[in-house]
Amino acid sequence: MNPLAIIGRVVLTTFGETGRLSVFTYKGLSHTVRPPFYWRLIAQQIMRIGYFSLPVVALTAFFTGGVLALQIFYGSDQFNSESIVATIVALGITRELGPVLGGLMVAGRVSAAIAAELGTMRVTEQIDALTTLATNPFKYLVVPRVVAAVITLPVLVFIGDVIGILGGFVVGTQTLDFNAGVYVKTTVDFLELDDITSGLIKSAVFGLIIAIMGCYQGFHSKGGAQGVGRATTNAVVTSSILILASNYVMTSLFFSS
Amino acid sequence: MSSFKTTKDLKIDLAGVSKRFGKKVVLNNLSLSVPKGKSLVVIGGSGSGKSVMLKCILGLIKPEKGCIKVDGRDVMKASPKEREGILTKFGMLFQNAALFDSLPVWENVAFGLIHGRHMKRKDAKEIAIEKLGQVGLTPEVGALYPAELSGGMQKRVGLARAIATEPEIIFFDEPTTGLDPIMADVINDLIVSSVKDLGATALSITHDMASARKIADYIAMIYKGEIIWVGSRDEIDNSGNEYVDQFINGRADGPIQMDVLKP
Repeated sequence: MNPLAIIGRVVLTTFGETGRLSVFTYKGLSHTVRPPFYWRLIAQQIMRIGYFSLPVVALTAFFTGGVLALQIFYGSDQFNSESIVATIVALGITRELGPVLGGLMVAGRVSAAIAAELGTMRVTEQIDALTTLATNPFKYLVVPRVVAAVITLPVLVFIGDVIGILGGFVVGTQTLDFNAGVYVKTTVDFLELDDITSGLIKSAVFGLIIAIMGCYQGFHSKGGAQGVGRATTNAVVTSSILILASNYVMTSLFFSS
Repeated sequence: MSSFKTTKDLKIDLAGVSKRFGKKVVLNNLSLSVPKGKSLVVIGGSGSGKSVMLKCILGLIKPEKGCIKVDGRDVMKASPKEREGILTKFGMLFQNAALFDSLPVWENVAFGLIHGRHMKRKDAKEIAIEKLGQVGLTPEVGALYPAELSGGMQKRVGLARAIATEPEIIFFDEPTTGLDPIMADVINDLIVSSVKDLGATALSITHDMASARKIADYIAMIYKGEIIWVGSRDEIDNSGNEYVDQFINGRADGPIQMDVLKP
């Protein structure tokens, strides 16, 4: 096959897909501020996306905090490690690992579920049925998921931050024999409000990415069960990549000065 | 191409509608009219453009050219707000019912009342139970989920949902496909009585001739995206159109050639 044709097709597909995704995101966001609002569905999605993701995020954060404490301890000058471990665990969790790992875990769980649900609705004509019942599918399906994800991700990540720092504390005090009082004091002294808020802002953006990618892939799935499977995979892969890429951009913006 | 206008009082009017997917032409300058209060059935083989035609009228698919009027209003030029208003005139029974599997049966039926007409859930539920009764289902069915129903029951629920808002226009997409002959006849009877009770205009697509003969006032045949014949139900057996004759008699030989690989 002609290599130029392959390059041309890839470029056209990429630009076409980017354009479609941009229009979809714009439509999704513009409908969030225009009535009618489906409060019942938003509450339902907050439960599904937020509450049911809590165990996954909590376990991930706890073990990440613990592992971080161990690695910093083994990799540093162990004579002075008590304050270094507490500081780096707190900063690492709140600034980066809490939001990014929390976002990735929720992307795996929620983005896939959204894509599968909406993809099935698409191939079984349920989305068309919504239109014939004078109900805008964007308002009914996309808006509740986007709103719920943007609200719940920061809450999940905040809880994850606390549990992650707790993980570091448990390993530090139980395995590495640090003094509990000193560990807590060092954490409180070094942690600033900006460290926490930057992570929470990041997580709200990750929530938007997760919901939009799940909805976009689900809305555009076709071809029966195989199409739904492909939409699910694409939702997880694209949302994970976008989370990592946007995290780099946001870190550059927040901490460059 | 053929069209008919038995009355000036047209509910739906399509003129020169064309739609292609890639290189495949699905609708080719299609023109068709449905008089107010009448039942028109469009027959045709698989892939002839029947479903795409319905979706174009509903605005689910945008045709490249042509004009689609509902009550004299060009739906293709309507704003999104106007389009939502126009859609409240419609009810539709989908081929596989397309019930919302996350909602119980009663909420499926009441969906258009709750979300389209902003009715209170309690009042909408009462109407939904009443509509379920009209299609021969007991109130207990209302509490079940679509996955717990047989194919025939799902079609009945789909019909109850289509008529719940008492629409002016009802679309039936392959209403009897996948049903046994008795259940298919039950559904046909329900369609006839529902349309008659509401005084609605009906547009159905099917390749089931028994169904077409039962629910139609008029029949049109679509072939390769064009309407090639239109007439009253009683005229179908003497259409004088060899495409129609081949289709209604289910013959493999004739002007319609199926794209099958022969050994």
